[in-house]
Amino acid sequence: MNRKMVFFVFGRIGQTVGALLLLPAIVALIYGEMLQMQSFIAVAVGAIALGVLISRCSRTENKVIYAKEGFAIVSLAWIGMSAVGALPFVISGEIPSYIDAVFETVSGFTTTGASILSDVEAMSKSMLFWRSFTHWVGGMGVLVFVMAIVSNMTDRSIHLMRAEMPGPVVGKLVPRGKDTAKILYMIYIVMTFVQIILLSLGDMDLFESIVHTFGTAGTGGFGIKSLSIGAYSDYSQMVIAVFMMLFGINFNLYFLLIIGRIKTVLKSTELWAYLALAAAAVIAITLNLLPQYESFGAALKDSFFQTSSVMTTTGYSTANFDLWPSLSKGILMLLMCIGSCAGSTAGGLKVSRVVLLFKLVLGEIKRMLHPRAVTSVKFEGKAVDKQTLNSVLIYFAVYVFCVIAAFLAISFEPFSFETNFSAVIATFNNIGPGFGNVGPMGSFADYSAFSKLVFSFAMLLGRLEIFPLVIALSPSTWNKSRA
Amino acid sequence: MKIIIVGCGKIGISIIESLVGEGSDVVAVDSSPSVIDEIGNTYDVMCVCGNGADIETLKEAGVSKADLFVAVTHSDELNMLACFVAERMGAKHTIARIRNPEYNDKSLDFLGKQLGLTVSVNPEWLAAKELYNILKLPAAVNIESFSGGNLEMVELRLKQQSILDGLSLIELRKKYNAKFLICAVQRGEEVYIPDGNFVLKSGDRIGITASTTEIQKLLRMLGLMQNSAKSVMILGASRISYYLTKRFINSGNKVVVIDKDERVCEAFAAQLPEAVVICGDGSEQELLLEEGLGSTDAFVALTGMDELNILVSIFASNQGVPKVISKVNRSQLALMADNLGLDCIVSPKKTVSDILARYARAIKNSQGSNSIETLYRLMDGRVEAVEFNVSKDFPGSKIPLKDLALKPNTIIAGIIRGRKSIIPGGMDEIQAGDRVVVIVAGQQLIDLGDILR
Repeated sequence: MNRKMVFFVFGRIGQTVGALLLLPAIVALIYGEMLQMQSFIAVAVGAIALGVLISRCSRTENKVIYAKEGFAIVSLAWIGMSAVGALPFVISGEIPSYIDAVFETVSGFTTTGASILSDVEAMSKSMLFWRSFTHWVGGMGVLVFVMAIVSNMTDRSIHLMRAEMPGPVVGKLVPRGKDTAKILYMIYIVMTFVQIILLSLGDMDLFESIVHTFGTAGTGGFGIKSLSIGAYSDYSQMVIAVFMMLFGINFNLYFLLIIGRIKTVLKSTELWAYLALAAAAVIAITLNLLPQYESFGAALKDSFFQTSSVMTTTGYSTANFDLWPSLSKGILMLLMCIGSCAGSTAGGLKVSRVVLLFKLVLGEIKRMLHPRAVTSVKFEGKAVDKQTLNSVLIYFAVYVFCVIAAFLAISFEPFSFETNFSAVIATFNNIGPGFGNVGPMGSFADYSAFSKLVFSFAMLLGRLEIFPLVIALSPSTWNKSRA
Repeated sequence: MKIIIVGCGKIGISIIESLVGEGSDVVAVDSSPSVIDEIGNTYDVMCVCGNGADIETLKEAGVSKADLFVAVTHSDELNMLACFVAERMGAKHTIARIRNPEYNDKSLDFLGKQLGLTVSVNPEWLAAKELYNILKLPAAVNIESFSGGNLEMVELRLKQQSILDGLSLIELRKKYNAKFLICAVQRGEEVYIPDGNFVLKSGDRIGITASTTEIQKLLRMLGLMQNSAKSVMILGASRISYYLTKRFINSGNKVVVIDKDERVCEAFAAQLPEAVVICGDGSEQELLLEEGLGSTDAFVALTGMDELNILVSIFASNQGVPKVISKVNRSQLALMADNLGLDCIVSPKKTVSDILARYARAIKNSQGSNSIETLYRLMDGRVEAVEFNVSKDFPGSKIPLKDLALKPNTIIAGIIRGRKSIIPGGMDEIQAGDRVVVIVAGQQLIDLGDILR
């Protein structure tokens, strides 16, 4: 274990988070919220100073890192970020309990969007901005951001990317890790700007456009109105629905589009599976909703928005889908678990894993019929090697274990099965709202402090895809003798 | 600068390592997922898994924007095909490894032209050439020659109680009236570009530039002269052995080749009937002694296994063979072998990665005017010897060298003017049209102008 390098990068991330905290401070200045501004600046200065100190103390010549250092750095970074990011809420007194603030911040960085606030509209503007900004930062990943701006941190930065980017296989777009990170962020930033402009053309003011775009881009889902997006016009709702779908697509495909390889993009199995799944869900839910709605158009609009929101694990709502019929709720629950494409900002199992699992099942059935049949799983036009398939299977198994464990841990709470189970699914897959008490109109405020910590951990596990945290938290990783 | 490497074997990896170190954008292509995984984990490169001659794979690697395309898979045919396809798809320069002696004879020119190859490399042939040069001058542990073949860079190891021990370079100049320049010294882990006050010690590994005849003269004066090897024993009937044996026999010397594999031995004997080919286990000491290890002038271990080469070489050294050379490909093992007292080590992959580094820099410097002619990396790659063509625009020409402000750890080790090679003193000048050999430590030269402050 190259501990020095781990802490060196950790220190760099502390500095980055500190710098990022200056942005809401500026917002606070604009809106004249002095107390909030002071708390942001105090935390920012503290984080930068601490970051510089840690980096200075652990400067090292040996910059070689392996997979386990990558996992450790990413886990430490995310836990540290959440702990620091929660401080402004507490210092300004807007969320007095530190555990509540941590829950809110983890929910932000992991792009979950689950909230403990029962009255969002009472929050100050700068705090709302910071809450949504965490979505934007967490969506593409902090380490990827640090990689893009810090000059050649290490030759083996692929380990950092792999630990932070979701999906079964993480590759580079261009030879240099740093350039890859830059390209990803450029695409992300451009798409964000386009959405901000489109939204501000509608009935949202600039602040609302920015905040909601952050929530969409990171597929987070923190709103600033009790009615979430339901408070805005049809135009704004449609812009957000479409952009949620766009941010749920693998960013590598956007890069391929830019360099003119449209054919490859159109042949992408994952993209088609993602779109087909979404279309099927929209049609089924619309038909199921027709009796409750006056017109077909209204049903289609709400079902499209909700499918897009849940599938991309964003969690915005335009209608209280908790009141929908069971079939629609069942479909939404399924979509929550599946999630969007690998390499996007969304959570969940990822469509590519689900497609691979499905193909594995088909192959196994074929093998039962023809015991000597040789089967090969193909994906994106290539045969997938055994190692990758194996890791997909194992990921699925661990995913199920973790969900069950989290569910058991909170099952002493006095809520219905539906509430508890959907709360676990909604946090683990980084969606936000679930059903019952934690539905779109409810909040997580009534849960005990212990359960909130369990949920926070579940959100981190879901965002980082379980293994980095498990590996960073097992003592043998840090053993000196195995250095 | 974008470079695509197809085939990530030993040679491929060493090329990737050297080119990433040069700061190029590298894409690695290999058909084995586990190999590609390992590369992606170790180097900052983009990895593509697939057949290097497949159009889809090459598209994915971005071949149309590649400045340099290098095919070094184990198969000559695949390398040629991959380069051909890559060139047609828009790669600017293509380099193929072609090892089979049949392709390397007369057909090479024709093939190269038809396939649009920039150049083909044959690591085994290059290594054999290097070995041959060392066997001609056994006192040296390494010899590199610059263009024209007149100026050479010779590396020597100063043995215990060397007569040079404790001598400064100024004193050395006064004592021995020969035209040479000590331009790099490796002492333990450190590498020095020495000035006149530098004092030599036993155990140093020193690099000398001089013309071929002056080297002989100097070695004779130092009492280091060994006669060139007349008989040599080679372990392993590999491709390098074939090229080396062929050269050696053509100059009328005696060669014994030992290999375990009967069919390999038969094929070897059929190709080179003049050589004595022994089928037997080279790690058996009895066999080596029986075949005359005690009386041979030189022993060369060229099997595919680094470990075996090192062990058998140590045995040969202990038996008093005057010159022992071993082929060691892995650089970690090469360092260990060095510590065990085997100072003469060749590695085909180093030779090839040097050549590719030169091409990469020459392409980078295509706008610059002073083109790179040759490039060698010495002393574990920490010192570079680079030969430049001097153009009219070089700002340092027509200035006496003593007035030229050079960067630290830089030395001008030789000037080649027409057919004459000059070991420069302070009063010499660089002129347009010259070729200049520069030795640097700790930096990379792309243009001759880089040496000036």
